[in-house]
Amino acid sequence: MPFLKSTLSRKNLMALTGLFLCFFLVIHLLGNLQLLLAADKASVSFNNYSTLLSGNIFIKIIAYILYFSIIAHAVDALVITVKNRKTAAKYAYDERKHASKWYSRNMGILGTVLLIFLVIHFKDFWYVYKFGALPLDKNGNKNLYVIVVNAFHSWWYVCIYVVSMFALGFHLLHGFKSAVRTLGLYHPRYARYVEIFGVVYSYTLTIGFSFIPVYVYITQYIK
Amino acid sequence: MILNAKIPDGPLEDKWTTYKEKAKLVNPANRKKLNIIVVGTGLSGSSAAASLAELGYNIQSFCFQDSARRAHSVAAQGGVNAAKNYQNDGDSVYRMFYDTLKGGDFRSREANVYRLAECSLNLIDQAVAQGVPFAREYGGYLSNRSFGGVQVSRTFYARGQTGQQLLLGAYQALIRQVGIGKVKLHTRHEMLDLVLVDGKAKGIIVRNLDTGDIERFAADAVVIATGGFGKIYYLSTLAMGCNASAIWRAHKKGALMACPSWTQMHPTCLPQAGDYQSKLTLMSESLRNDGRIWVPKLKDEKRKANEIPEEERDYYLERRYPTFGNLAPRDISSRAAKERIDAGFGVGPLNNAVYLDFSKAIKEQGIDKIREKYKNLFSMYKKITDDDAYQAPMKISPAAHFSMGGLWVDYELMTTIPGLFAVGEANFADHGANRLGANSLLQASIDGYFILPYTLTNYLAGELKTEKITIKHRAFDIAEAEVNEQLQLLVNINGTKTADHFHKELGKLLYDKCGLSRTAKGLTEAIAGIELLSGKFYRELRVSGTEGEINAELEKAGRVADYLEMARLMCYDALTRNESCGAHFREEYQTPDGEALRNDKDFCFVSAWEWPGRGIEPILHPEPLVFEFIKLSVRSYS
Amino acid sequence: MKLHLKIWRQRDAQSNGALVDYDLDGIDQHMSFLEMMDTLNGQLILNGDMPVEFDHDCREGICGSCGMMVNGQAHGPVAGLTVCQLHMREFKDGATIYVEPFRAAAFPLKRDLKIDRSAFDRIIQAGGFISASTGSAIEANNLPITHDMAESAFDSAACIGCGACVATCKNSSAALFTSAKVSHLVKLPQGKLEAEKRVIQMVGQMDVEGFGHCSNTEACEVKCPQGISVLNIAMMNWEFNKSSLLG
Repeated sequence: MPFLKSTLSRKNLMALTGLFLCFFLVIHLLGNLQLLLAADKASVSFNNYSTLLSGNIFIKIIAYILYFSIIAHAVDALVITVKNRKTAAKYAYDERKHASKWYSRNMGILGTVLLIFLVIHFKDFWYVYKFGALPLDKNGNKNLYVIVVNAFHSWWYVCIYVVSMFALGFHLLHGFKSAVRTLGLYHPRYARYVEIFGVVYSYTLTIGFSFIPVYVYITQYIK
Repeated sequence: MILNAKIPDGPLEDKWTTYKEKAKLVNPANRKKLNIIVVGTGLSGSSAAASLAELGYNIQSFCFQDSARRAHSVAAQGGVNAAKNYQNDGDSVYRMFYDTLKGGDFRSREANVYRLAECSLNLIDQAVAQGVPFAREYGGYLSNRSFGGVQVSRTFYARGQTGQQLLLGAYQALIRQVGIGKVKLHTRHEMLDLVLVDGKAKGIIVRNLDTGDIERFAADAVVIATGGFGKIYYLSTLAMGCNASAIWRAHKKGALMACPSWTQMHPTCLPQAGDYQSKLTLMSESLRNDGRIWVPKLKDEKRKANEIPEEERDYYLERRYPTFGNLAPRDISSRAAKERIDAGFGVGPLNNAVYLDFSKAIKEQGIDKIREKYKNLFSMYKKITDDDAYQAPMKISPAAHFSMGGLWVDYELMTTIPGLFAVGEANFADHGANRLGANSLLQASIDGYFILPYTLTNYLAGELKTEKITIKHRAFDIAEAEVNEQLQLLVNINGTKTADHFHKELGKLLYDKCGLSRTAKGLTEAIAGIELLSGKFYRELRVSGTEGEINAELEKAGRVADYLEMARLMCYDALTRNESCGAHFREEYQTPDGEALRNDKDFCFVSAWEWPGRGIEPILHPEPLVFEFIKLSVRSYS
Repeated sequence: MKLHLKIWRQRDAQSNGALVDYDLDGIDQHMSFLEMMDTLNGQLILNGDMPVEFDHDCREGICGSCGMMVNGQAHGPVAGLTVCQLHMREFKDGATIYVEPFRAAAFPLKRDLKIDRSAFDRIIQAGGFISASTGSAIEANNLPITHDMAESAFDSAACIGCGACVATCKNSSAALFTSAKVSHLVKLPQGKLEAEKRVIQMVGQMDVEGFGHCSNTEACEVKCPQGISVLNIAMMNWEFNKSSLLG
């Protein structure tokens, strides 16, 4: 692909796909928030929402962009990492870490954690929903709610989920700002605003995504 | 030898125009056939190489640094003068010409200095076109400040890094020509000899500093732009690599050296802290606007500065020069500091400094105001000395800074060797016996951008028909053999002392006897001392490694060898000038108040020196300075 | 003070290098780091050893010649300095100090701590200039530039080309160096005419030289002796994207 010949073009692809994923995460979180409703309401609302998402052509296009983004983001990251390995220097004694944040230097590792999480996540929910035999709820929608809540009732699953969300948080903390820079937002004032927005965004998503499984897990004992 | 400066006839203000109108030209098709060597990539070298390449000549450009952008022009802080009169404060080409001539104590040529002022107008335009980010007013127009004791604001500046920005402009112009293919750039190459064929400069011998290979380059003309040699004093504000080797080796091949002893000592530098010290850092002269300079009245004062009561302090500049006070010109301030230090009133652990005190300014203006003005300088001071200048006075002392002297050149910037030109600080031209602040960047740029393209063309027009010399010529064989011989000599001494050791000894000797003030007795002693040191150098030097590899020690040793010879000439130069003028202060020639006493009757000339061979007294060829348009006056600041 | 030095010695690019131990005594805490190195070299020469080769020139932080990794950090542990301005008082008596060259695939080693940074020159050569031949300039004040824009252009132009940004970057990216020049020139009206070609060519050359991708870790700004802002990189990206899409 000639347009990916430049280091800057490859970073652009990372930035664009990354920002799209950031946008998608917001939609995803909004959907997940329904799990915080009372059980009977949550079930109806969540399953309706799932059905809505799977039926709509517009949503389907978005879904394909999403699949593409995830794959392109990962593959591009792999290409960049391999190339950087070739150019990067090795020092016998290295204390360069003092000059930058650890998560900014370890986006690849954080990304790999997220990729593994995504595989689990897709297998448990997306694959089951798309191709598995699911019970129907009283409205005739596939009952994804049951699957999700069951999963969140086991402590180890919640642990994996929460750890992964922290990985996501650090990934976003650097990724959002980095993406905006890559695309070229250079105005000092607006760059600052966007940076603050990125931090708020990252915290909100991390806390939001982490809180839901923990809440679901705890509430099973409170009832 | 009768020196002919080749000054064009006619009124002062028409001379340069007349010259340009009458100078011979080379047609564009023929320019492609002509090759020029430019040694040095500082402001004068880069601007010359770029401008000549733009005309269509083929340029070979050389520097010893690893990139053309690192030449020491980069370190100039204050600014660059130009008679634009943007401030409407009465500046003009004539006024700038007069200020410069007077600042140089009337020891430079009228025509050269006038041309400098005249061309200053174009330089600012050129630099702005290249993208040099000069300071601007809020309306978007160029800003100026006053500098160096003149009464108008004609200094253009880019914060405290004007030299860096001007150099980058010239470097970018140069590197653009490298891309086009008109300039071949040879970094990490040091010129070790000049090659003459039939008395004309036709090439150079260089050492590739990355491989140790000796290489030959032939051309139709050679330009030397290798800067100043203040590093001869070892402790100076110059870069570690600054050297006299190119001009010295050209001198030994027949180019006359003019007024080599005229070195400007900058008054506001940080003092030496120990024997290990490798250079002295310049603190901007602007500090003297608010700082008061003093030393204790008691000898061997042990108290800290702040504990010494007001009445026991000697504000010697205010005492001696009540009108100018702490703002007396560079040569005067430096000399006054040395006088106090030598008299035993110096401060600091080595008793080699004077105080620069801001307490009065802080009391009157508030610490915030002082911080706003000098924050960078105070933090630089803190970085280097670990002292807080807001709490206690700074310690400063004079240090070698700028070489007014250099290769003698005529109005065309050509040395006494046909085809060998010298530009920038490497020549002796426009500054006389003392350079005004912000004129060094100007002269370097003017020489390269605006003068050389005309004068070199005028010379080359006569070279089209002469036989092309190639590097196979016998003259190259001989020069290369000499270079090899000298390198091997240095490597094989195998003594017990490093090149730095000799350089430090030489520097101390020169600073004491041929520095801020000189006496016939001291200079005679220095000549003998240098002779002695030179002998030791060739017996006791040790250089590790060989000449066929990267070898920084060998580079140093070669430079020190040249410095030893140059120093001797400096002493002769100072010894034979029985007057005091500008930076040259002979204690025998002073007024009863201790001020410089110029002797226009007997010494209104440029001392141009011929190399007679090792160990023989140099031969003086005076070039009389004729003042047709102005009247000589006494430079007084008291 | 006493010091234990571990200095990278390597004869040339082809040879293998290693950290070599040196003990040094009698170091004054007011020495600069390079003066400490001078002292070591003086001793090495008199012992018949080869001195440590390193680049240095102005020793006041403006020429960009010097640069080495001191204790694993570019130009040493103090921010906003070149190594020539680093002083020994920053180290404890008896300290062990590691000294290595700036490293990057695009900066081949010459000897010991000396490296080849000519890749930087070639990046500038690809377009880091305004094509204004001598003699063609217009009157300077016919081109007003706002005070703030001139200051901002200066901030970008202040780069000294030392290579610390590359050395400290985990990917050896030259984005900060390249962008400083792109930004300097594009901020000025006289530089705008060539802006499109300039950024494409300079970025192209940067890639050809074998510098890595910019990960926006911002380590370069932290270790830059001139404090060149990473926002220059964003500006270069903007210019590159604009020129690629519209140019």
